[in-house]
Amino acid sequence: MKYLARRIGLLLLTGWAALTFNFVLPRLMPGNPVETMLARYQGKLTPQAANALEVAFGLKTKQSELGQYFTYLGHTLTGQFGVSLTYFPEKVTTLIGQALPWTLGLVGFATVVAFVVGTAVGVLAAWHRGSALDSIMVPTGVMLGAMPVFWIGLLVLYVFAFKLGWFPVAGGGAGGQGLATISGFGAVVRHATLPAITLTAVSLGGYIILMRNTTITVLSDDFVKFARAKGLPERVIATRYAARNAILPSFTSFALALGFVVAGAIFIEYVFDYPGIAYLLYQAVISQDYPLEQGIFVVIIVGVLIAVFVSDLLYALLDPRIRVEARS
Amino acid sequence: MRALLHNRRALIGAGILVFFGLVALLAPVIAPYSPTDINFTPMLGVSRDHLLGTTPQGQDVFSQLVYGSRNSLEVGLITAAIIAVVQLFMGVFSGYAGGWVDGVLSSVTNIWLVLPGLVLLIVIISYVPSKGITTMIVVLAVTGWAWGARVLRSQAIALRDRPFVEAARMSGESRWHIVLFNIVPNMFGVLVANFFGAALYAVLAEAGLDFLGLGNINEVSWGTMLYWAQSANAMLLGEWIYLLLPGLCILLLGTGFGLLNFAVDEVADPRLRRN
Repeated sequence: MKYLARRIGLLLLTGWAALTFNFVLPRLMPGNPVETMLARYQGKLTPQAANALEVAFGLKTKQSELGQYFTYLGHTLTGQFGVSLTYFPEKVTTLIGQALPWTLGLVGFATVVAFVVGTAVGVLAAWHRGSALDSIMVPTGVMLGAMPVFWIGLLVLYVFAFKLGWFPVAGGGAGGQGLATISGFGAVVRHATLPAITLTAVSLGGYIILMRNTTITVLSDDFVKFARAKGLPERVIATRYAARNAILPSFTSFALALGFVVAGAIFIEYVFDYPGIAYLLYQAVISQDYPLEQGIFVVIIVGVLIAVFVSDLLYALLDPRIRVEARS
Repeated sequence: MRALLHNRRALIGAGILVFFGLVALLAPVIAPYSPTDINFTPMLGVSRDHLLGTTPQGQDVFSQLVYGSRNSLEVGLITAAIIAVVQLFMGVFSGYAGGWVDGVLSSVTNIWLVLPGLVLLIVIISYVPSKGITTMIVVLAVTGWAWGARVLRSQAIALRDRPFVEAARMSGESRWHIVLFNIVPNMFGVLVANFFGAALYAVLAEAGLDFLGLGNINEVSWGTMLYWAQSANAMLLGEWIYLLLPGLCILLLGTGFGLLNFAVDEVADPRLRRN
């Protein structure tokens, strides 16, 4: 319970820090960039919308900084992110709602597959240390980790979509109701194939290296020697003894890995013109659509925090030491 | 150190670094033209005058590639150095100091760790009015220190109660003196491995931001080369050399840093060493 309380505490603290950062950042910058933005969009916005924006970003308002801060927190917690500038008068929440499922599908798939495959390959490499597999897997893992995601995306797109024409060049396929039909669903899968494979490939490397190194460390532990001395079959030692203990650090580094996958998703959605939230973020940044940008930032942070929290809970479930430590 | 000289991965990694270092230093000698010269016929193929052809904007691709190495190396090494200093404080000092100092500092690290770096990076960059290499380095350092700090902190905690540190404490040395002269030398390997890891991160992130057009698009770097290639539709024009080579250079330099990171880690951690 103490473990759970501490995790929830960290979750809330991080969430608060991110929200505060989001509030402070535009106010910190010299020559308030929001003012420039508003000047650019003048005439395109209704006076009420422009006024609401000025208040939200601390311009022409009589409210104190602290008052603005609490108004901001209130608005954010109730999901009021205002209207988008580039897609005026569309609401930020509507835009995010349309884009989010695409990204969740893509990132979810890539994370799970990369974790499972990377972990399995890592254990195999460690188990057959010094073998051909190991000596190929380590440089491959390092290279996969050094891969510029966007560049791999470009090459994949060039070869498989442009040259060979096996997959569509851009877009996500019709979503929404289109998904219910077989052809609609097929289109979505066809559009998602290249981005999903690319994202999975680039996030594999980290898991392979991490799992290989922790497995090697675990293999030199006494309890593995003991298992050997008991005459247990090698396969049982590899899976039930070594892998089971080596997988724990993979869970703790989930936060890092997730940041990596989100980063990868930004480039991939951009290269493949994929209609997800990361592409929306890119468009918001390029056109200085600050309300949309802030809304997406909050949504991504909340998503990551929830995922990390769930992985922490799983970690406690897998590792009894955590639970015992917390209880005593 | 001697172990590193016998480590094939370390040697390959160092070789790659030395290669790009020389290219960057000797860029004016190696490159036949100025990388920003736009007076050539656009989209020329491979020829003796233009080893790798010209860009759709009429620049020499080879000269751009050569000069691009400067940007990546600068960003990678300087960012990694700044990150190392931050980590020394947030990781090593925090772990050694313990108590409430560590409580506060490690909470900050844990919070920073969970926030997705690139998203943070993009959002910060979008508000910064001046875009250039200095901005880039500062922002990369701000977003990239947390993971290593956590690793270094746990190392410092492991060393804290060792007899030789105890002895230094007894003889009345100050906290920073102990950290710098007793703790740091004993975790040098991890620090160096971390340095290369941070450099890898910086090179990749910088190239990515440049590619998205969030850096200074008028500077010559491998990332901006790809940005211009993409915005000129190099793919549709079949200019694959222009698309392939900058990325290959990023990959190669990144692999160099990655191999060194892995190899130093291996040499520094006796359990990973092969018997």
